[in-house]
Amino acid sequence: MGKTLAEKIIAAHAEQDSVSAGDLVTVNVDVVMANDITAPIAINSFDAVGVEEVFNPDRIMLVPSHFTPNKDIKSAEQARTLARFAESQMLSHRFQVGRSGIEHVILPERGLVLPGDLVVGGDSHTCTYGALGAFATGMGSTDIAVTMATGQTWLRVPETMKFVYHGQRQQWVYGKDMILRTIGEISVDGALYRAMEFTGQGITGLGMSDRLTMANMIIEAGGKCGFMPFDAVTQEYVEARATRSYTPYAADDDADYVSVHEFDLSDMEPQVACPYSPDNVKPVSQVEPEKVDQVFIGSCTNGRFEDFAIVADILEKTGREFHPDVRVMIIPGSQAVYLDVLRQGWIELFTLAGGAVSTSTCGPCLGGHMGVLASEEVCVSTSNRNFRGRMGHRDARVFLANPAIATASAILGRIGHPDEL
Amino acid sequence: MKLQGNVWKFGDNIDTDVIIPARYLNTTDPVTLAAHCMEDIDETFASSVQPGDIMVGGANFGCGSSREHAPISIKGAGVSCIVAESFARIFFRNAINIGLPILESVDAARDAQKGDRLTVDLTAGTITNARTGQTYQANPYPPFVLAIIEAGGLVPYTRNTLGIEI
Repeated sequence: MGKTLAEKIIAAHAEQDSVSAGDLVTVNVDVVMANDITAPIAINSFDAVGVEEVFNPDRIMLVPSHFTPNKDIKSAEQARTLARFAESQMLSHRFQVGRSGIEHVILPERGLVLPGDLVVGGDSHTCTYGALGAFATGMGSTDIAVTMATGQTWLRVPETMKFVYHGQRQQWVYGKDMILRTIGEISVDGALYRAMEFTGQGITGLGMSDRLTMANMIIEAGGKCGFMPFDAVTQEYVEARATRSYTPYAADDDADYVSVHEFDLSDMEPQVACPYSPDNVKPVSQVEPEKVDQVFIGSCTNGRFEDFAIVADILEKTGREFHPDVRVMIIPGSQAVYLDVLRQGWIELFTLAGGAVSTSTCGPCLGGHMGVLASEEVCVSTSNRNFRGRMGHRDARVFLANPAIATASAILGRIGHPDEL
Repeated sequence: MKLQGNVWKFGDNIDTDVIIPARYLNTTDPVTLAAHCMEDIDETFASSVQPGDIMVGGANFGCGSSREHAPISIKGAGVSCIVAESFARIFFRNAINIGLPILESVDAARDAQKGDRLTVDLTAGTITNARTGQTYQANPYPPFVLAIIEAGGLVPYTRNTLGIEI
Protein backbone atom coordinates (compact mmCIF):
# COMPACT_ATOMS: atom_id res chain seq x y z
CA MET A 1 0.00 0.00 0.00
CA GLY A 2 1.30 3.44 -0.94
CA LYS A 3 1.66 6.40 1.38
CA THR A 4 -0.13 9.71 1.79
CA LEU A 5 1.70 13.03 2.01
CA ALA A 6 1.16 13.15 5.78
CA GLU A 7 2.64 9.65 6.17
CA LYS A 8 5.68 10.46 4.00
CA ILE A 9 6.56 13.78 5.61
CA ILE A 10 6.02 12.49 9.15
CA ALA A 11 8.12 9.37 8.45
CA ALA A 12 10.98 11.53 7.18
CA HIS A 13 10.85 13.68 10.32
CA ALA A 14 10.50 10.68 12.63
CA GLU A 15 13.62 9.17 11.06
CA GLN A 16 11.63 6.05 10.15
CA ASP A 17 11.33 4.22 6.83
CA SER A 18 7.58 4.43 6.98
CA VAL A 19 4.71 5.27 9.30
CA SER A 20 1.00 4.60 8.95
CA ALA A 21 -2.16 6.43 10.00
CA GLY A 22 -2.77 5.87 13.70
CA ASP A 23 0.92 5.59 14.68
CA LEU A 24 2.11 7.83 17.53
CA VAL A 25 5.54 9.24 16.75
CA THR A 26 8.04 11.81 17.92
CA VAL A 27 9.16 14.08 15.08
CA ASN A 28 11.89 16.62 14.43
CA VAL A 29 10.38 20.01 13.67
CA ASP A 30 11.76 22.35 10.97
CA VAL A 31 10.03 25.59 11.96
CA VAL A 32 8.23 26.71 15.14
CA MET A 33 5.98 29.78 15.07
CA ALA A 34 4.00 31.75 17.63
CA ASN A 35 2.28 35.14 17.75
CA ASP A 36 1.68 37.93 20.28
CA ILE A 37 -1.26 36.01 21.83
CA THR A 38 0.23 32.53 22.02
CA ALA A 39 3.95 33.28 22.51
CA PRO A 40 3.71 34.96 25.95
CA ILE A 41 2.32 31.76 27.50
CA ALA A 42 4.81 29.69 25.48
CA ILE A 43 7.73 31.80 26.74
CA ASN A 44 6.57 31.32 30.36
CA SER A 45 6.33 27.58 29.81
CA PHE A 46 9.71 27.55 28.05
CA ASP A 47 11.23 29.09 31.17
CA ALA A 48 9.42 26.48 33.29
CA VAL A 49 10.90 23.63 31.23
CA GLY A 50 14.29 24.84 32.39
CA VAL A 51 16.51 24.66 29.31
CA GLU A 52 18.68 27.69 28.65
CA GLU A 53 18.54 27.99 24.88
CA VAL A 54 16.07 27.30 22.08
CA PHE A 55 16.89 24.28 19.91
CA ASN A 56 17.75 26.41 16.86
CA PRO A 57 17.60 30.23 16.73
CA ASP A 58 17.21 30.14 12.91
CA ARG A 59 13.97 28.19 13.04
CA ILE A 60 11.83 30.04 15.60
CA MET A 61 9.50 32.74 14.29
CA LEU A 62 7.77 34.95 16.84
CA VAL A 63 5.45 37.24 14.91
CA PRO A 64 3.49 40.02 16.63
CA SER A 65 0.39 40.23 14.43
CA HIS A 66 -2.88 40.00 16.31
CA PHE A 67 -3.08 43.10 18.52
CA THR A 68 -0.35 45.03 16.66
CA PRO A 69 0.33 47.86 16.16
CA ASN A 70 -0.22 47.59 19.92
CA LYS A 71 -3.87 48.36 20.66
CA ASP A 72 -3.49 48.92 24.40
CA ILE A 73 -0.96 48.69 27.21
CA LYS A 74 -1.56 45.00 27.94
CA SER A 75 -1.07 44.15 24.25
CA ALA A 76 2.08 46.25 24.20
CA GLU A 77 3.44 44.23 27.13
CA GLN A 78 2.74 41.00 25.25
CA ALA A 79 4.46 42.23 22.07
CA ARG A 80 7.45 43.35 24.14
CA THR A 81 7.67 39.88 25.70
CA LEU A 82 8.20 38.47 22.18
CA ALA A 83 10.79 41.08 21.22
CA ARG A 84 12.78 40.56 24.44
CA PHE A 85 12.75 36.78 24.06
CA ALA A 86 13.85 37.06 20.41
CA GLU A 87 16.69 39.32 21.50
CA SER A 88 17.83 37.24 24.48
CA GLN A 89 17.69 33.99 22.46
CA MET A 90 19.37 35.72 19.51
CA LEU A 91 16.68 34.54 17.09
CA SER A 92 17.77 35.15 13.48
CA HIS A 93 14.40 36.33 12.23
CA ARG A 94 12.80 39.39 13.84
CA PHE A 95 9.35 40.67 12.94
CA GLN A 96 8.90 44.21 14.17
CA VAL A 97 5.87 46.31 13.13
CA GLY A 98 6.71 48.02 9.84
CA ARG A 99 8.85 45.08 8.70
CA SER A 100 6.37 42.34 9.29
CA GLY A 101 2.74 41.33 8.81
CA ILE A 102 0.42 38.40 9.45
CA GLU A 103 2.51 35.27 10.10
CA HIS A 104 0.71 33.14 7.53
CA VAL A 105 1.31 35.73 4.84
CA ILE A 106 4.96 36.49 5.59
CA LEU A 107 6.39 33.03 6.30
CA PRO A 108 5.55 31.66 2.80
CA GLU A 109 6.31 35.04 1.19
CA ARG A 110 9.84 35.10 2.65
CA GLY A 111 10.61 31.46 1.92
CA LEU A 112 10.85 30.64 5.63
CA VAL A 113 8.52 27.64 5.33
CA LEU A 114 9.14 25.26 2.45
CA PRO A 115 7.81 22.12 0.76
CA GLY A 116 8.38 18.97 2.79
CA ASP A 117 8.88 20.90 6.03
CA LEU A 118 7.26 19.90 9.29
CA VAL A 119 5.98 23.08 10.91
CA VAL A 120 4.15 23.62 14.19
CA GLY A 121 2.68 26.97 15.07
CA GLY A 122 0.94 28.54 18.02
CA ASP A 123 -1.93 29.59 15.79
CA SER A 124 -4.63 27.36 14.37
CA HIS A 125 -4.13 28.73 10.85
CA THR A 126 -0.58 27.35 10.70
CA CYS A 127 -2.17 24.80 8.37
CA THR A 128 -1.86 27.49 5.64
CA TYR A 129 1.66 26.25 4.77
CA GLY A 130 0.16 23.01 3.45
CA ALA A 131 -0.32 25.01 0.25
CA LEU A 132 3.46 24.65 -0.26
CA GLY A 133 3.38 20.92 0.45
CA ALA A 134 4.55 21.23 4.06
CA PHE A 135 3.06 19.31 6.98
CA ALA A 136 1.93 22.26 9.07
CA THR A 137 -0.39 22.21 12.06
CA GLY A 138 -1.55 24.48 14.86
CA MET A 139 -0.80 23.75 18.48
CA GLY A 140 -1.21 25.50 21.82
CA SER A 141 1.39 27.44 23.73
CA THR A 142 2.70 24.61 25.92
CA ASP A 143 3.34 22.39 22.90
CA ILE A 144 5.11 25.34 21.27
CA ALA A 145 7.22 25.90 24.39
CA VAL A 146 8.42 22.31 24.49
CA THR A 147 9.13 22.32 20.75
CA MET A 148 11.15 25.54 21.09
CA ALA A 149 13.16 23.78 23.82
CA THR A 150 13.66 20.38 22.21
CA GLY A 151 13.04 20.78 18.46
CA GLN A 152 10.63 17.88 18.71
CA THR A 153 6.97 17.17 19.26
CA TRP A 154 4.67 14.17 19.27
CA LEU A 155 2.06 13.48 16.62
CA ARG A 156 -0.54 10.91 15.83
CA VAL A 157 -0.22 10.15 12.11
CA PRO A 158 -3.56 11.29 10.66
CA GLU A 159 -5.82 9.44 8.26
CA THR A 160 -6.20 11.37 5.01
CA MET A 161 -9.29 12.49 3.11
CA LYS A 162 -8.90 13.27 -0.60
CA PHE A 163 -10.71 16.16 -2.30
CA VAL A 164 -10.86 16.23 -6.10
CA TYR A 165 -12.03 19.31 -8.05
CA HIS A 166 -13.14 18.91 -11.67
CA GLY A 167 -14.02 21.43 -14.33
CA GLN A 168 -13.39 25.12 -14.96
CA ARG A 169 -14.16 27.83 -12.43
CA GLN A 170 -16.71 30.47 -13.38
CA GLN A 171 -15.81 34.17 -13.21
CA TRP A 172 -15.80 35.49 -9.58
CA VAL A 173 -15.15 32.00 -8.17
CA TYR A 174 -11.87 31.50 -6.33
CA GLY A 175 -10.08 29.18 -3.93
CA LYS A 176 -12.13 30.78 -1.12
CA ASP A 177 -15.34 29.49 -2.70
CA MET A 178 -13.88 26.03 -3.22
CA ILE A 179 -12.89 25.67 0.43
CA LEU A 180 -16.15 27.20 1.75
CA ARG A 181 -18.13 24.77 -0.42
CA THR A 182 -15.97 21.91 0.89
CA ILE A 183 -16.48 22.89 4.55
CA GLY A 184 -20.21 23.29 3.91
CA GLU A 185 -20.25 19.77 2.51
CA ILE A 186 -18.32 17.95 5.24
CA SER A 187 -19.15 20.28 8.23
CA VAL A 188 -16.98 21.87 10.90
CA ASP A 189 -15.88 18.51 12.28
CA GLY A 190 -15.90 16.62 8.98
CA ALA A 191 -12.10 16.34 8.93
CA LEU A 192 -11.52 16.13 12.69
CA TYR A 193 -8.00 14.76 13.41
CA ARG A 194 -7.49 14.12 9.69
CA ALA A 195 -5.30 15.40 6.85
CA MET A 196 -6.92 16.78 3.70
CA GLU A 197 -5.25 16.32 0.29
CA PHE A 198 -6.48 18.57 -2.52
CA THR A 199 -6.13 17.50 -6.12
CA GLY A 200 -7.63 17.57 -9.60
CA GLN A 201 -7.74 19.93 -12.54
CA GLY A 202 -9.39 22.61 -10.40
CA ILE A 203 -6.34 22.69 -8.11
CA THR A 204 -3.72 22.56 -10.88
CA GLY A 205 -5.27 25.72 -12.31
CA LEU A 206 -5.00 27.66 -9.04
CA GLY A 207 -2.23 30.15 -8.29
CA MET A 208 -0.37 30.09 -4.99
CA SER A 209 -2.55 32.79 -3.43
CA ASP A 210 -5.73 30.73 -3.90
CA ARG A 211 -3.95 27.60 -2.68
CA LEU A 212 -2.86 29.40 0.50
CA THR A 213 -6.48 30.54 1.01
CA MET A 214 -7.76 26.97 0.75
CA ALA A 215 -5.12 25.40 2.99
CA ASN A 216 -5.70 28.21 5.51
CA MET A 217 -9.29 27.13 6.15
CA ILE A 218 -8.89 23.36 6.55
CA ILE A 219 -8.96 23.92 10.34
CA GLU A 220 -12.53 25.19 9.86
CA ALA A 221 -13.42 21.58 8.96
CA GLY A 222 -11.52 20.34 12.03
CA GLY A 223 -8.56 19.23 9.89
CA LYS A 224 -5.09 18.70 11.29
CA CYS A 225 -3.29 19.67 8.07
CA GLY A 226 -3.99 20.07 4.39
CA PHE A 227 -1.85 19.55 1.31
CA MET A 228 -1.71 21.03 -2.15
CA PRO A 229 0.34 18.99 -4.65
CA PHE A 230 3.88 20.18 -5.39
CA ASP A 231 3.85 21.24 -9.05
CA ALA A 232 5.17 23.92 -11.42
CA VAL A 233 3.16 26.62 -9.60
CA THR A 234 4.72 25.66 -6.27
CA GLN A 235 8.18 25.40 -7.75
CA GLU A 236 8.04 28.83 -9.34
CA TYR A 237 6.77 30.41 -6.11
CA VAL A 238 9.32 28.68 -3.89
CA GLU A 239 12.39 29.00 -6.15
CA ALA A 240 12.20 32.77 -5.97
CA ARG A 241 12.03 32.75 -2.18
CA ALA A 242 13.61 29.67 -0.57
CA THR A 243 16.08 30.50 2.17
CA ARG A 244 17.43 26.93 2.31
CA SER A 245 17.16 23.59 0.49
CA TYR A 246 13.95 21.57 0.66
CA THR A 247 12.50 18.19 -0.29
CA PRO A 248 9.18 18.03 -2.13
CA TYR A 249 7.01 14.95 -1.60
CA ALA A 250 4.18 13.45 -3.64
CA ALA A 251 1.45 11.11 -2.47
CA ASP A 252 1.57 7.60 -3.94
CA ASP A 253 -1.12 6.70 -6.46
CA ASP A 254 -2.18 3.74 -4.31
CA ALA A 255 -2.13 5.65 -0.99
CA ASP A 256 -4.86 4.77 1.48
CA TYR A 257 -7.58 7.43 1.84
CA VAL A 258 -10.45 7.18 4.33
CA SER A 259 -12.73 8.96 1.88
CA VAL A 260 -12.71 10.69 -1.51
CA HIS A 261 -14.88 13.75 -2.16
CA GLU A 262 -15.44 15.10 -5.68
CA PHE A 263 -16.62 18.56 -6.68
CA ASP A 264 -17.64 19.98 -10.06
CA LEU A 265 -16.53 23.61 -10.40
CA SER A 266 -18.28 24.27 -13.71
CA ASP A 267 -21.60 25.20 -12.10
CA MET A 268 -20.29 26.46 -8.74
CA GLU A 269 -21.31 30.00 -7.71
CA PRO A 270 -19.40 32.18 -5.26
CA GLN A 271 -20.10 30.80 -1.77
CA VAL A 272 -20.98 32.59 1.47
CA ALA A 273 -20.71 31.19 5.01
CA CYS A 274 -23.60 32.65 7.02
CA PRO A 275 -23.64 33.23 10.81
CA TYR A 276 -22.59 31.67 13.08
CA SER A 277 -20.52 28.88 11.56
CA PRO A 278 -18.08 28.46 8.67
CA ASP A 279 -20.06 25.40 7.55
CA ASN A 280 -23.33 27.32 7.19
CA VAL A 281 -22.52 27.79 3.51
CA LYS A 282 -24.86 28.86 0.70
CA PRO A 283 -24.35 29.97 -2.91
CA VAL A 284 -24.48 33.79 -2.90
CA SER A 285 -27.69 33.80 -4.95
CA GLN A 286 -29.46 32.10 -2.05
CA VAL A 287 -28.25 34.55 0.63
CA GLU A 288 -30.66 37.31 1.70
CA PRO A 289 -29.39 40.67 0.34
CA GLU A 290 -29.02 42.09 3.85
CA LYS A 291 -27.83 45.63 4.52
CA VAL A 292 -24.13 45.67 5.43
CA ASP A 293 -22.46 47.87 8.06
CA GLN A 294 -18.84 46.84 7.53
CA VAL A 295 -16.75 45.02 4.95
CA PHE A 296 -13.33 43.64 5.84
CA ILE A 297 -10.92 42.68 3.06
CA GLY A 298 -7.71 41.17 4.42
CA SER A 299 -6.55 38.49 6.94
CA CYS A 300 -4.37 35.39 6.58
CA THR A 301 -7.12 33.95 4.37
CA ASN A 302 -7.45 36.73 1.76
CA GLY A 303 -4.81 39.38 2.52
CA ARG A 304 -2.46 38.77 -0.43
CA PHE A 305 -1.70 40.81 -3.56
CA GLU A 306 -4.04 38.77 -5.78
CA ASP A 307 -6.92 39.45 -3.37
CA PHE A 308 -6.49 43.23 -3.59
CA ALA A 309 -6.13 42.92 -7.38
CA ILE A 310 -9.73 41.63 -7.42
CA VAL A 311 -10.90 44.68 -5.44
CA ALA A 312 -8.99 47.06 -7.73
CA ASP A 313 -10.29 45.32 -10.85
CA ILE A 314 -13.93 45.76 -9.80
CA LEU A 315 -13.44 49.40 -8.77
CA GLU A 316 -11.59 50.26 -11.99
CA LYS A 317 -14.01 48.47 -14.31
CA THR A 318 -17.17 49.85 -12.71
CA GLY A 319 -15.87 53.28 -11.71
CA ARG A 320 -18.00 52.92 -8.58
CA GLU A 321 -17.24 54.00 -5.00
CA PHE A 322 -18.03 52.11 -1.82
CA HIS A 323 -21.49 52.73 -0.34
CA PRO A 324 -21.40 55.78 1.96
CA ASP A 325 -23.00 53.88 4.87
CA VAL A 326 -20.45 51.06 4.83
CA ARG A 327 -17.13 51.04 6.68
CA VAL A 328 -14.68 49.32 4.35
CA MET A 329 -11.51 48.08 6.06
CA ILE A 330 -8.79 47.08 3.59
CA ILE A 331 -5.74 45.56 5.26
CA PRO A 332 -2.82 44.09 3.27
CA GLY A 333 -1.46 40.98 4.99
CA SER A 334 2.17 42.07 5.03
CA GLN A 335 4.39 45.08 4.43
CA ALA A 336 5.47 43.50 1.13
CA VAL A 337 1.84 43.18 0.02
CA TYR A 338 1.22 46.77 1.17
CA LEU A 339 4.13 48.02 -0.91
CA ASP A 340 3.02 46.08 -4.01
CA VAL A 341 -0.52 47.45 -3.62
CA LEU A 342 0.90 50.96 -3.14
CA ARG A 343 3.06 50.70 -6.28
CA GLN A 344 0.02 49.70 -8.33
CA GLY A 345 -1.69 52.92 -7.26
CA TRP A 346 -4.40 50.95 -5.49
CA ILE A 347 -4.07 52.63 -2.10
CA GLU A 348 -5.16 55.84 -3.80
CA LEU A 349 -7.89 53.95 -5.67
CA PHE A 350 -9.21 52.33 -2.47
CA THR A 351 -9.00 55.59 -0.52
CA LEU A 352 -10.81 57.62 -3.20
CA ALA A 353 -13.52 54.95 -3.23
CA GLY A 354 -14.05 55.54 0.51
CA GLY A 355 -12.07 52.63 1.89
CA ALA A 356 -9.89 52.75 5.02
CA VAL A 357 -6.50 51.21 4.21
CA SER A 358 -4.38 50.15 7.18
CA THR A 359 -0.97 48.75 7.92
CA SER A 360 -0.90 44.99 8.33
CA THR A 361 -2.67 43.38 11.32
CA CYS A 362 -4.96 40.44 12.13
CA GLY A 363 -7.03 43.06 14.08
CA PRO A 364 -10.64 42.90 12.91
CA CYS A 365 -10.70 39.17 12.07
CA LEU A 366 -10.66 38.24 15.75
CA GLY A 367 -12.49 41.29 17.10
CA GLY A 368 -9.22 42.70 18.36
CA HIS A 369 -9.10 46.21 16.92
CA MET A 370 -9.31 48.15 13.62
CA GLY A 371 -12.95 47.26 12.97
CA VAL A 372 -14.79 45.74 15.96
CA LEU A 373 -18.53 45.21 15.39
CA ALA A 374 -21.40 46.63 17.46
CA SER A 375 -24.44 44.55 18.42
CA GLU A 376 -26.61 43.49 15.49
CA GLU A 377 -24.17 44.90 12.95
CA VAL A 378 -23.61 42.93 9.74
CA CYS A 379 -20.15 42.42 8.27
CA VAL A 380 -19.03 40.77 5.05
CA SER A 381 -15.51 39.53 5.71
CA THR A 382 -12.89 37.75 3.62
CA SER A 383 -11.50 36.13 6.79
CA ASN A 384 -12.05 32.59 8.05
CA ARG A 385 -14.38 32.53 11.08
CA ASN A 386 -17.86 33.84 11.82
CA PHE A 387 -18.43 32.32 15.25
CA ARG A 388 -20.62 34.24 17.70
CA GLY A 389 -18.60 37.14 19.12
CA ARG A 390 -15.67 36.51 16.76
CA MET A 391 -15.45 40.04 15.33
CA GLY A 392 -17.01 41.95 18.19
CA HIS A 393 -20.40 41.90 19.92
CA ARG A 394 -22.00 38.48 20.39
CA ASP A 395 -25.04 39.62 18.39
CA ALA A 396 -23.03 40.97 15.44
CA ARG A 397 -23.34 38.82 12.31
CA VAL A 398 -20.45 37.93 10.01
CA PHE A 399 -20.77 36.56 6.46
CA LEU A 400 -17.57 35.00 5.06
CA ALA A 401 -16.96 35.48 1.34
CA ASN A 402 -14.33 35.97 -1.36
CA PRO A 403 -12.88 39.45 -2.14
CA ALA A 404 -15.18 39.95 -5.18
CA ILE A 405 -18.35 39.38 -3.17
CA ALA A 406 -16.93 41.57 -0.38
CA THR A 407 -16.17 44.38 -2.85
CA ALA A 408 -19.58 44.15 -4.54
CA SER A 409 -21.29 44.18 -1.13
CA ALA A 410 -19.21 47.21 -0.09
CA ILE A 411 -20.36 49.09 -3.22
CA LEU A 412 -24.00 47.99 -3.05
CA GLY A 413 -24.34 48.49 0.72
CA ARG A 414 -25.88 45.02 0.95
CA ILE A 415 -24.76 41.46 0.30
CA GLY A 416 -24.44 41.20 -3.46
CA HIS A 417 -22.60 39.95 -6.55
CA PRO A 418 -20.25 41.83 -8.93
CA ASP A 419 -22.64 41.07 -11.82
CA GLU A 420 -25.14 43.40 -10.13
CA LEU A 421 -22.83 46.40 -10.53
CA MET B 1 -8.17 9.77 41.26
CA LYS B 2 -11.87 10.62 41.62
CA LEU B 3 -13.61 13.92 40.80
CA GLN B 4 -17.15 14.87 41.73
CA GLY B 5 -19.15 17.81 40.50
CA ASN B 6 -22.34 19.24 39.07
CA VAL B 7 -22.92 19.42 35.34
CA TRP B 8 -22.89 22.51 33.13
CA LYS B 9 -24.26 21.32 29.81
CA PHE B 10 -23.29 22.83 26.44
CA GLY B 11 -24.02 21.82 22.84
CA ASP B 12 -22.01 20.78 19.76
CA ASN B 13 -19.09 22.73 18.26
CA ILE B 14 -18.40 24.93 21.28
CA ASP B 15 -15.63 27.09 19.80
CA THR B 16 -12.74 28.76 21.58
CA ASP B 17 -14.11 32.23 20.69
CA VAL B 18 -17.12 31.59 22.93
CA ILE B 19 -15.05 29.83 25.61
CA ILE B 20 -12.88 32.94 25.88
CA PRO B 21 -13.45 35.81 23.41
CA ALA B 22 -10.33 37.23 21.76
CA ARG B 23 -11.00 40.66 23.29
CA TYR B 24 -9.65 39.23 26.58
CA LEU B 25 -6.50 37.69 25.09
CA ASN B 26 -4.36 40.68 26.00
CA THR B 27 -3.74 38.90 29.30
CA THR B 28 -2.59 35.45 30.33
CA ASP B 29 -3.86 35.71 33.93
CA PRO B 30 -6.09 32.67 34.72
CA VAL B 31 -8.27 34.64 37.17
CA THR B 32 -9.04 37.39 34.64
CA LEU B 33 -9.64 34.84 31.88
CA ALA B 34 -11.92 32.77 34.16
CA ALA B 35 -14.10 35.84 34.85
CA HIS B 36 -15.08 35.93 31.16
CA CYS B 37 -15.26 32.20 30.46
CA MET B 38 -18.30 31.27 28.28
CA GLU B 39 -19.82 34.76 28.67
CA ASP B 40 -20.99 35.06 25.06
CA ILE B 41 -23.25 31.99 25.36
CA ASP B 42 -23.99 31.89 29.12
CA GLU B 43 -23.54 35.10 31.09
CA THR B 44 -24.25 33.30 34.39
CA PHE B 45 -21.50 30.71 34.03
CA ALA B 46 -18.47 32.58 35.33
CA SER B 47 -20.29 33.96 38.39
CA SER B 48 -22.18 30.75 39.26
CA VAL B 49 -19.73 27.94 38.54
CA GLN B 50 -18.57 26.14 41.70
CA PRO B 51 -15.14 24.59 42.29
CA GLY B 52 -15.23 21.00 41.07
CA ASP B 53 -18.13 21.48 38.63
CA ILE B 54 -17.96 19.44 35.45
CA MET B 55 -18.47 20.82 31.96
CA VAL B 56 -20.28 18.58 29.48
CA GLY B 57 -20.19 19.27 25.74
CA GLY B 58 -21.33 17.68 22.50
CA ALA B 59 -19.22 16.95 19.43
CA ASN B 60 -16.06 18.90 18.45
CA PHE B 61 -15.73 20.71 21.79
CA GLY B 62 -13.09 23.48 21.67
CA CYS B 63 -12.97 23.93 17.90
CA GLY B 64 -11.41 27.02 16.33
CA SER B 65 -8.36 28.89 17.49
CA SER B 66 -5.30 27.39 19.17
CA ARG B 67 -5.57 29.73 22.18
CA GLU B 68 -4.49 27.85 25.29
CA HIS B 69 -6.36 30.61 27.12
CA ALA B 70 -9.51 28.51 26.48
CA PRO B 71 -8.66 25.54 28.74
CA ILE B 72 -6.82 27.94 31.09
CA SER B 73 -10.03 29.97 31.56
CA ILE B 74 -12.07 26.81 32.17
CA LYS B 75 -9.53 25.45 34.64
CA GLY B 76 -9.26 28.89 36.25
CA ALA B 77 -13.04 28.95 36.73
CA GLY B 78 -12.68 25.87 38.95
CA VAL B 79 -14.01 23.27 36.52
CA SER B 80 -12.51 19.90 37.49
CA CYS B 81 -13.08 18.02 34.25
CA ILE B 82 -14.71 18.17 30.79
CA VAL B 83 -16.75 15.31 29.36
CA ALA B 84 -17.70 15.59 25.67
CA GLU B 85 -18.75 13.47 22.73
CA SER B 86 -15.52 14.52 20.99
CA PHE B 87 -12.87 17.25 21.24
CA ALA B 88 -11.22 19.40 18.59
CA ARG B 89 -7.60 18.25 18.35
CA ILE B 90 -5.73 21.41 19.38
CA PHE B 91 -8.02 21.86 22.40
CA PHE B 92 -7.49 18.19 23.33
CA ARG B 93 -3.70 18.64 23.40
CA ASN B 94 -3.92 21.97 25.22
CA ALA B 95 -6.14 20.61 28.00
CA ILE B 96 -3.92 17.56 28.54
CA ASN B 97 -0.79 19.72 28.42
CA ILE B 98 -1.99 22.07 31.19
CA GLY B 99 -3.35 19.24 33.37
CA LEU B 100 -7.09 19.77 32.81
CA PRO B 101 -8.69 16.29 32.67
CA ILE B 102 -10.94 15.68 29.64
CA LEU B 103 -12.85 12.54 28.77
CA GLU B 104 -14.59 11.42 25.59
CA SER B 105 -17.85 9.50 25.97
CA VAL B 106 -20.76 9.96 23.58
CA ASP B 107 -23.33 8.35 25.87
CA ALA B 108 -22.21 10.03 29.10
CA ALA B 109 -22.25 13.42 27.36
CA ARG B 110 -25.66 12.89 25.74
CA ASP B 111 -27.36 11.59 28.91
CA ALA B 112 -26.02 14.28 31.27
CA GLN B 113 -28.32 17.21 32.05
CA LYS B 114 -27.61 20.52 33.72
CA GLY B 115 -27.28 20.03 37.47
CA ASP B 116 -26.69 16.27 37.33
CA ARG B 117 -23.99 15.08 39.72
CA LEU B 118 -21.17 13.16 38.05
CA THR B 119 -18.40 11.13 39.58
CA VAL B 120 -15.37 10.73 37.32
CA ASP B 121 -12.73 8.08 38.04
CA LEU B 122 -9.72 9.22 36.01
CA THR B 123 -7.72 6.06 36.66
CA ALA B 124 -10.50 3.73 35.53
CA GLY B 125 -11.76 6.17 32.88
CA THR B 126 -15.34 5.90 34.11
CA ILE B 127 -18.11 8.47 34.50
CA THR B 128 -21.05 7.80 36.84
CA ASN B 129 -24.23 9.86 36.75
CA ALA B 130 -25.92 9.94 40.21
CA ARG B 131 -29.34 10.81 38.73
CA THR B 132 -29.52 7.89 36.30
CA GLY B 133 -27.29 5.56 38.28
CA GLN B 134 -25.48 4.69 35.05
CA THR B 135 -21.70 4.28 34.69
CA TYR B 136 -20.03 4.96 31.35
CA GLN B 137 -16.58 3.93 30.08
CA ALA B 138 -14.70 6.80 28.44
CA ASN B 139 -12.49 6.26 25.37
CA PRO B 140 -9.01 5.25 26.61
CA TYR B 141 -6.09 7.68 26.26
CA PRO B 142 -3.15 6.63 24.07
CA PRO B 143 -0.29 5.46 26.36
CA PHE B 144 1.83 8.48 25.52
CA VAL B 145 -0.95 10.89 26.48
CA LEU B 146 -1.48 8.97 29.71
CA ALA B 147 2.18 9.53 30.57
CA ILE B 148 1.74 13.30 30.16
CA ILE B 149 -1.35 13.23 32.38
CA GLU B 150 0.45 11.18 35.03
CA ALA B 151 3.36 13.64 35.03
CA GLY B 152 0.91 16.49 35.62
CA GLY B 153 1.19 18.13 32.20
CA LEU B 154 3.63 18.51 29.32
CA VAL B 155 6.11 20.81 31.09
CA PRO B 156 6.77 18.41 34.03
CA TYR B 157 6.74 15.49 31.58
CA THR B 158 9.40 17.18 29.45
CA ARG B 159 11.51 18.03 32.53
CA ASN B 160 11.38 14.35 33.49
CA THR B 161 12.39 13.14 30.05
CA LEU B 162 15.20 15.70 29.80
CA GLY B 163 16.36 14.74 33.31
CA ILE B 164 16.00 18.28 34.67
CA GLU B 165 15.74 18.28 38.49
CA ILE B 166 12.72 20.02 39.95
